[in-house]
Amino acid sequence: MPEIMQFLLSGLTVGAIYALVALGFTIIYNASEIVNFAQGEFVMIGGMTTYFLFAAGVPLWIAAPLAIVVAVAVGLALHRFAIAPARGASVVALIIITIGASIFLRGVAQVVFDKQYHRFPAFSGEAPFHVLGATLLPQSVWVMAGTAAALVLLWQLSQRTLAGKAIAATASNALAARLVGIDTDRMIALSFGLSAALGALAGVLITPITLTSYDAGTLLALKGFAAAMLGGMGNPLGAVVGGLLVGAMEQLSAGLISSKYKDAVAFLVILGTLLAMPNGLLGRSRAERV
Amino acid sequence: MQSRRIFLGIALAGALATALPGIAAAQDKIRIGAVLSVTGPASFLGDPEAKTLRMLADQINTKGGVLGKQIEIVIYDSGGNAAKAKQFATRLVEEDKVIAQVGGSTTGGTMAMCPVFEEAKLPFISLAGAVIIIDPVKKWCFKTPHTDKMACEKIFTDMKARGISKIGMISGQDAFGKSMQTECKKVVGSYGIEVLADETYGPRDTDMTPQLTNIKAKAGLQAVLNPGFGQGPAIVTRNYKQLGITVPLYQSHGVASKGFIDAAGDAAQGVRLPAAALLVADKLPDSDPQKPVVVKYSADFVAYAKQPVSTFGGHAYDGLNILVEAIKRAGSLDGAKIRDEIEKTKGFIGTGGVVNMSPTDHMGLDLSAFRMLEIKNNGWALLN
Repeated sequence: MPEIMQFLLSGLTVGAIYALVALGFTIIYNASEIVNFAQGEFVMIGGMTTYFLFAAGVPLWIAAPLAIVVAVAVGLALHRFAIAPARGASVVALIIITIGASIFLRGVAQVVFDKQYHRFPAFSGEAPFHVLGATLLPQSVWVMAGTAAALVLLWQLSQRTLAGKAIAATASNALAARLVGIDTDRMIALSFGLSAALGALAGVLITPITLTSYDAGTLLALKGFAAAMLGGMGNPLGAVVGGLLVGAMEQLSAGLISSKYKDAVAFLVILGTLLAMPNGLLGRSRAERV
Repeated sequence: MQSRRIFLGIALAGALATALPGIAAAQDKIRIGAVLSVTGPASFLGDPEAKTLRMLADQINTKGGVLGKQIEIVIYDSGGNAAKAKQFATRLVEEDKVIAQVGGSTTGGTMAMCPVFEEAKLPFISLAGAVIIIDPVKKWCFKTPHTDKMACEKIFTDMKARGISKIGMISGQDAFGKSMQTECKKVVGSYGIEVLADETYGPRDTDMTPQLTNIKAKAGLQAVLNPGFGQGPAIVTRNYKQLGITVPLYQSHGVASKGFIDAAGDAAQGVRLPAAALLVADKLPDSDPQKPVVVKYSADFVAYAKQPVSTFGGHAYDGLNILVEAIKRAGSLDGAKIRDEIEKTKGFIGTGGVVNMSPTDHMGLDLSAFRMLEIKNNGWALLN
């Protein structure tokens, strides 16, 4: 069945993209329980900055890291000027601030960049691999490798480093963390910087496949958020599993059922899962602090 | 600004009470309204349209204006919002006292504004695509762009000439793709062409290989048609190449921009599509009646706006020129007389084609408005 194989590979491609975006959500969430709806804009900034540097003659391997630096600067600025001043506000209020930031960044991108869609060349050519009668683009392999690398790095960060432990402590109990000498504000700033870097990396990796434009972040953030919820918010492995599942469901239902209902099928499955398992597939159930 | 407008409104109301027929003559400028989607999701339409109107108004005014008066374009930005467009249309009519509108970037905005102009009995030349604007005919509403139905007919004519009778369709579910999908399916039968597969994708989807795999598997497939706008068709084209589908791929006029070739890259080679003459201005034979018009507009627009020419700006260029010629023929600023003259437009050569309007056709274009193009060597080549 080469058709089924093609649907699966296509699902894997799309799923890896969602997974990479979903991973970005987990870092900020783990530090502050904020769901950062400007995550998609980090992806867009990564892709658009790389494109414009590349179009100006900068080689890709320099343009891509520069784009990540730009995104980190934006991420830190977002924390410094929008999140930090609202310290003490409820998590819901902070989430609403990120929605505002997302709209603001899109508006700025229209002016700083432009309103067209763009792409830059794939890293290692366009000739597809043939797998059991189906095809896979080399860039999809880059996206999958990027997702795996990001997952491993996040795991190491949270388990092996002091900063990772401090971030976890900040999320768990900010007051207690401050009492033992953790600078919680810096930890949350760090999480915004890291998250922006990861988002921009996603933008760099996926743009040759998905193309990019000033408003490319909106839908990516939505799908990434759905993937993160499905896998269990805050769990990096869950984000990857969720992303791959959402991608596979979409593309399989597009191929096997009907392309008209593919988004509906995916969202129905997500809804059903979350009804049965409110914390997501791999989410830990949390005891409410009293 | 606001208070000046209100003051002007009061002054005009006063004039209306005392000297009703003298009102137009009392104005020192001819005011023409334009509600456009200058910002927002349809800004790719409104932005070149607004620039074109300003440019053309300047050109006309430096040549002495119309009927000895300068023209003034009153532009409002609807941001792509139809309800806002309607409010601005009312303001154009009631406060700004425009004599006509050349505007309405989107079909939604146009349909919201049409009733306002019908009621005010003022001519309205729309710049939006869909056929419902002029079919059924509305007395005061006209439009300059070709319709998606015509694009379908042009494509199917080309397919038929090549002996293609079995095709697959993959349509974007953006407003443009949806509308063209519907129109194409309505007319496809009369060309003896059968649609073997009718697949769709979301406007922001990133991989369409499952749909294309299903189309590829249809026995006897001879060509694939992709109605859609924006980045979707570029991804479809790239997936098409990835899957190694060899039958010809037809795109719509929605992708007729250099951005599409850049985004689709190598995969775009050999793609066929219908497009306005404006896009291939420099490639038209000298015998082509449209050549002088499109070459001049392209050169003027690029020099004025410092951005590549688009067919959308061309629609505004045609609309304002048709209106100005109608005013000259009418020799008056009376709405009804101008309307009658617009309807009598014959042999007008615009960027969108040769316009021959009539009481039953408020667009006046035929299939010759479209040229079939093929993408070759990263550029457009005319097909005969």
